[in-house]
This record gives sequence, structure tokens and C-alpha cells, in this order.
Amino acid sequence: MPQKRVQEIQSVAIRFSGDSGDGIQLTGTKFTESTALAGNDLSTLPDFPAEIRAPAGTLAGVSGFQIHFSSEDIRTPADQPDVLVALNPAALRANIRDVRTSGTVIVNSDAFNAKSLKLAGYDHDPLPELRSRYQLVEIPLTRLNREALADLEISQRDADRSKNFFSLGVIYWLYNRPMESTLRWLESRFKGEVLEANVRVLKAGHAFGETTDLLPVSFVVPRAKIEPGVYRNITGNTALAWGIIAATVQAKCPVFLGAYPITPASDILHEVARFRHFGVKTFQAEDEIAAISAAIGASFAGMLGICTTSGPGMVLKQEALGLAVMAELPLVVVDVQRAGPSTGMPTKIEQGDLLMALYGRNSDSPVPVLAPSTPGDCFYTMLEAFSLAIAHMTPVIVLSDSYLANSAEPWRIPDVAALPRIDVSFAREAADFKPYARDPETLARPWAIPGTPGLEHRIGGLSKENVTGNVSYDAKNNETMVRLRAEKIARIANSIPPVEVDGPESGELLVVGWGGTHGAITSAVEAARREGLTVSSLHLRHLNPFPANLGAVLRSFRQVLVPELNLGQLVRLLRAEFLVPAEGLSKVQGQPFQVAEIQARIGSMLRGKG
Amino acid sequence: MATAVAELTRKDFTSDQDVRWCPGCGDYSVLANVQRVMPELGVPRENFVFVSGIGCSSRFPYYMNTYGFHTIHGRAPAFATGIKASRPELSVWVVTGDGDGLSIGGNHLLHAIRRNLDLQILLFNNRVYGLTKGQYSPTSRMGMKTKSTPDGAIDHPIDPIAFALGAGATFVARTVDVDAPHLQEMLRRAHAHPGTAFVEILQNCPVYNDDEWLEVEDRKTRATAALTLADGQSLVFGEKGARRGIRIVDGLPSIVALPDGVDPVSLGVAVHNERHQTPAYAFALATLHRPEFPLPIGVFRAVETSTYDALLSAQVSDAIARRGTGDLRALLHSGDTWTVESGALEPD
Repeated sequence: MPQKRVQEIQSVAIRFSGDSGDGIQLTGTKFTESTALAGNDLSTLPDFPAEIRAPAGTLAGVSGFQIHFSSEDIRTPADQPDVLVALNPAALRANIRDVRTSGTVIVNSDAFNAKSLKLAGYDHDPLPELRSRYQLVEIPLTRLNREALADLEISQRDADRSKNFFSLGVIYWLYNRPMESTLRWLESRFKGEVLEANVRVLKAGHAFGETTDLLPVSFVVPRAKIEPGVYRNITGNTALAWGIIAATVQAKCPVFLGAYPITPASDILHEVARFRHFGVKTFQAEDEIAAISAAIGASFAGMLGICTTSGPGMVLKQEALGLAVMAELPLVVVDVQRAGPSTGMPTKIEQGDLLMALYGRNSDSPVPVLAPSTPGDCFYTMLEAFSLAIAHMTPVIVLSDSYLANSAEPWRIPDVAALPRIDVSFAREAADFKPYARDPETLARPWAIPGTPGLEHRIGGLSKENVTGNVSYDAKNNETMVRLRAEKIARIANSIPPVEVDGPESGELLVVGWGGTHGAITSAVEAARREGLTVSSLHLRHLNPFPANLGAVLRSFRQVLVPELNLGQLVRLLRAEFLVPAEGLSKVQGQPFQVAEIQARIGSMLRGKG
Repeated sequence: MATAVAELTRKDFTSDQDVRWCPGCGDYSVLANVQRVMPELGVPRENFVFVSGIGCSSRFPYYMNTYGFHTIHGRAPAFATGIKASRPELSVWVVTGDGDGLSIGGNHLLHAIRRNLDLQILLFNNRVYGLTKGQYSPTSRMGMKTKSTPDGAIDHPIDPIAFALGAGATFVARTVDVDAPHLQEMLRRAHAHPGTAFVEILQNCPVYNDDEWLEVEDRKTRATAALTLADGQSLVFGEKGARRGIRIVDGLPSIVALPDGVDPVSLGVAVHNERHQTPAYAFALATLHRPEFPLPIGVFRAVETSTYDALLSAQVSDAIARRGTGDLRALLHSGDTWTVESGALEPD
């Protein structure tokens, strides 16, 4: 057999797609692991339907997983896939328009029969016209897969279920990926005929790639230049969960996590629930309100109270959150934002909850709000959230989103010894104890927990007398307390780091982002610079209070662009707070920004000012 | 220094705050009796936590010199769940009302009871909203005219005892605000019960629903209007000479007259048993309402099963025993990892 040509390329983006029952997410995850082990930088994005099993073969049931990997630094799953793997006509129809012009499209040609075409909404076979526009690779995947398993005692249905691994084998060959990690995983997961079937079709797919004339060239993406260390892949939800575990270790204080199942936050509960041996208690509550209420109760009792939810659940938590503001108890509330309003698109991406996080409660009840910028950053954001909550005796909101939650990136595992300690100290001294006496610097009140003799006291949602915490309807006292609580949160600006500008510290254009758009914004800014434009950027982790230098930084630029996956929430805050002429770039399609979208706006803002 | 438990008195449980219920409110009596019973329970004062929601009764924690949390409307059982699940050694008491516990907070009450956390839940039932000034509540009688129901309430009321039994309560009792000995006994029993102890306290609102429970509060009418439950005793009520008994056949209660000197059991009168494993018998008792029947007062049901707080703590200690105390470094390095050597910084 003649050796096929091997070509070196810098980066590639592949989208696996098929029916939601086809195991697409698994296929993508396995390819991701193998790619990470091969030393590439990478970014992934799953895109799956909210329905658990939509009718097979329909557009509603299409599940996708995109991975972008490179020998260079990358920060997004890529705007357009270079390669599409479509296991049925619906997957082709749902994804083909995203594929780069003349990209590679690998289809299961066996699936293009009259019935499947009709289910997908095609009135004719689309493949002939695609042959001229793409590198179309038509593989009779179902047939080859069945042939590979012909002598096994396995039903045709079970045989067909493994065809995702046949396609994975083909892709492994095409990009010269090692298959060992996937084989190890299969051995740990399955046994008997099922293990044999999956191993066999994976290898058969690989062998098919090697021998077929359909794929004349295979590709190599060299190792990326990555900071030395031990790495793993991590999604934002896993990083948040592990951040919770890390917080309990660093604070030497047990965690109590209250949660009600909600997409896309449930995985945090699932992950934390596995780690009872860290002393964590998880509580699946009867509803969103009970979840936060129990967490506040736990905080009152001296645990690290936390609750995890998404937008619709966040709405329900706001009254209890207001009580935590009034009671001045530490608490962390994670909102993994999803596309709305109302039930919206539960598995899709949006950053629409910023104003709710800041202002969604009755009266003036400010809380610190943090937003992680990458999946790995979720880990550190969680540690900081607990640290702030305890140091300032306040609830803290963490705004993740479903992009961060589900996308994965290589993450350099931190040195545990170098992680920040979280200082928990409960009040002990009974002499002259006052529940609302304040630390002169932070204005935090003491954390006095049940079981401590002599510190018996009552807290609650009624207006509090300064210092004593007794119920008070005194007019001036109420204003004093409202202002004290606001001042307490405002002073946090003194303890958080100033914002750092990427690029020149002053000039024509500053791009300001927050949360999960970090990758797209940074990539767009870099791409604009490669075009020869001068542009700076900054990314906000602290949405309330803002870092102390933010106003000065914003005023150092003639134009400010704020890309957000909402109709303009941060931009409104910046304009209101700093009186700067910031402009928004909005997108609310349930999808992340494409780099090109932001890059185009940067270009028009700079060239427009010619 | 922990307060010596033996030396505690009622005064130790009285906070420095002025009590601000209306004159004649049944809550005063309940507060006084709770404060009297606390010192007897053998619990250090600092280990008591009183948790309440919103409403007149929910001011209760402010008047107790213990740890206390006055939370939000209807959610006290959820806050208490977090406290008790976190710190099972604490003695956690929920104080709620018919509106707080059965209307806005019905869901939390249901789930706290079914989880059987080791809580005491005191539901003050005055059959009206007091703090919001007199609207009908979910326990108000049909037809009750209030500002929000000028033509009379058209909701079928819920019975708190039946609700608790339906939720699987392991301890259910009813008592009366002004009957100090009985109220105290129910508080002691509730505290002694391992699991959720639900106590309905019939409580008078002198402003918006005065004398709602007069028949059972008044010594003169009580013998006829109330059926006092005592474990192992027949279900007998009425004045001497006009005694009657409750027979329960196929779950349906009926009244039988009891001539003097006749053994009630011989006439089929039921003998009270708090420990039936199924709640059917207790539920039959819960259907007894005025005016057709006497209103049962006492412990309807007292059975034991596992508690959520104990099981949750056991899961944690079992996990530690099985896997050792969690190691963060091991967690972060679990699964597939790879090492990038410093040499990789150089191009290949």
C-alpha cells in the first residue's frame, strides 16, 4: 500500500453532528481528550437540543460538538468549522451553512435515503450540489460499521449505535491522533461484546481512512507552545464544582450546596455531590426558593452556603437573596445564564442576567457580582467569590453562562499549596457582643453561629437598628443602615485588583467585555491588530463593584465598544456610571459571538473615524 | 462557657425585646409556655434555634433569648432544613402560621415533613391573616366574610393535621393556646420525637377572628367539643352522664352513645394508638371536625423512621471512612492529564 501524503497545518475546527441519540457529545469529548494529549491548544463547544430524545432524524434532534485545535494560542471554538461530520441528512442540513467555503464534509452516505431526507426536510438529495462546493467525502458508514461487526453476537441496532466510533476512527486517522486514551476509556467503561464492538469499529474507521481513496491526505497539527505544567481538560461547570471543593479545603469549613435541577447548572450539583468525603453536603431542594433558603440557613449555622441555578431559577431566588443582604450573611449564588427570556432556549447561550444580578431585588440591596471569563477561570472565580462573601459578610453572585459551562479547554492544574487561603473566623467573645457591630475597614459584621454560648441573637428581614441588630422602624436609622450596606459593598473596590488594559492604555478604541465572551473578544482584537489597527481591550471580572480605576481607563479612549450577548446591559451600566459614550454590540441568538462579528465592528469604528 | 443546663430558667429564654402582639392574642400564651418548657429539655441555650417566616406568629424568635432567624414568607421550613442538615446537634424549632405554612409556604412544609428532619414545627392556626389585617386564610371556614371575601370565602379549607399526615409526618399533634399543661406536654413530646414533630396550635386572634376556637378553649364546653387523645385510651368525650365514643369502621368515624358503666370497647369504640405504621387511622381522626364531631386534641401519630439530617451526615462520614478525607490535589489531577515540559516552549 503506498504511503499517503501527510500535510502539516496550523489549526483546524471540526464539527461532529448527528442525531441526539448518536453519541455525538461522547465522540467530541473523546476526540478532545486525544487532542489535548497530543499537545494542541484547543477550545470546544457542544450544541445540543433541550429535548432528551427528539424524534430521530429530525432537525430538532440534531446534536453537535465543535472542536478547534491548533499549534498556536486559540481562545474560541472557531467561527466556521473546516470539517463537518454529519451522520444523517438532518445533521447536514442543520450545519452545512456554517462550514467554511470548500471545507471538508464527511457524510454517512447510507443515511441519505428517501425517508431520512424527508425527515430532514429535503425534497431532493443535497449531496450532488455539495460535491462542487465542498470536499465531500461520502462514506457508507452504516454498511461498513455492520460489516466490521458481522461475526459478533450483537443486534443490528446495537451495531448501528457504535457508528459514531467508526466516524471517530476516521477522524483520528485524518488528523494523526493517538487513539490510546479512547481505547483506555472504552476498556474502563464496557466489557464483553460491547467493548469488542466499539474497539473494533474505532479501529475499522481508522483503517478505512488509511486505505480509502476518498481521503488522499492526512494532516498533522504540531504541538502548541504551551506554558509548562500538568494539564487537563476542564469545562466551566466542572471548574465551578471543583472551585467549590477547593473553597471548602482552603477555608477549612464545610460547604452546603442547595440546588434545584435546572439546565445548564445541574452538572455543578452532580459533580459536587460526588465528593462527600470532602465534608460537603449537597441538598436537592423542592424548588429554587428552598435551595437558596436552605443555603442561607446553612450559612447562618456556620457552613459555606452556596446555591447554583440558571436565569429562571435566579428570578425565584431574589427575595431570599434580599434577606441574605439584610441579614449580612456570607453566601455564593451561581447563575449559569442561558438564553431567555422566560424558559427561552435552555441549552443555548446568553449573558442576559447582568442587570437582574445587580438590580433584581426590591429596594437598594447591592451585592458583589463576579463573572469568570474562561472555563478554567471558573475555578478561581469561585474561590474569590467565597473569599469576598466571608470577608465582607455578604452574598456574592457569580455569573457564568452556558458557553463557559459546557465548553472545554486545556487547563493548567494549579499548585494546591499556592492557592489563596480563605480566612473563616467565627465570633467567640460574649462580652459586649453586638450582632451588627462592624469591622471599621470592611464594615463587615461578625459571623456568630448557633452553638456559641453567650452570642444568642436574632436576625431577620425587618429593618435593623445599627449595631444591636434589633428590629427598628426609626426613619434615620433605616437610611443609615441602607447606606452602610451599600458602602460595605462599594468598599470592596479597594480590595480587588485594578483592571488591566491589553494594548495601549489610551487611544482611539477600547473594547470592554465581561464573562464568557473573553475568547471571542480577545481573538477579534488580535485579528484587528493583525490588520494593522490599533485597539485595546479589557475584560471585567468584577461587575459590582467596578474596579477603582475603571472610570479613568474608560475616559482614556475616544471610543468604547462593549460586545455582549444581550441587548446592552454592561454598556448601560458603564454609560450611567461613568458618563462615557460607550457603544454596544449585541447578539441574542443563543450562540456565542463569532470572532469576525466583533472584528468587523472594530474595523468599522476605527475606519469610520478615519 | 456553656450555660449549665440544669440552672436554666424561663427568664434565660426571655429576650430584651418588647413583645408586640395585640392584647389578648393567643401568641402570648404560646410564648410563655415555650419559654417555660425550654429549660426542662436538657439542651444548652446556645443550641436552640428558632426559625420563622412572616406573619404575626413569625415574630416569635425575636422574643426568645436563643439563636433566631426571622426569614421570608413561607420559607422557614427550608431555612430550618439548611440549619439542621448542616448542624444536626442544634435543636431547631420552626414557628409558622396557617397562612405562612399552608398557603405561601405549603410546598416547603410538605417537603420538610416528608424528609423527616429532626425539627419541631409549631403551626399557629388562627384561621385568618392577621398581619395583613384580616384576609381569610387557607384554614378559614367556607363562607367566612373578610375584606377580601365580602361575599364569603369559597375555598375549601385545608386541615393542618391532615396535611401533615398526607406529607408522611411521623409526629402529629394538636393543642390549644390557652391550655398550658397540654401545650407544654405537646412541646415536650415534640422535642423528644426523633424526626419532624408537627404541632398545630389552635390560637385565638382577638382582632380578626375572635373566639374561633372558643368551644375547645373554654373549660365549660371543652369536654363536649374536644376529644382528648391519650395513647391506649378509648376515644371518649362528653360530660359525665352524656359520654359518647368514636367508632371507626372502614376508615369512617361515627359517634356512639355510652351509657354509664359500659365499657366503651364493648361498643366498638376505638382505642387510641399513636403508633400505627400506616397513617390511615390518624387520618380518620383528622377528619373529625366541629360541629358534627368533637375536635381531637393531642398526639395523632408518633412513629419513628430515619431522619434526613442523620442520613446526610452518615453519607459524609461513610464517604470519609471509605475514601479517606478528600485530597484536593488528587482531585485536580484525577482522570486524563498531560505534562507540558519546558522544552515544549521551543518550536519542534
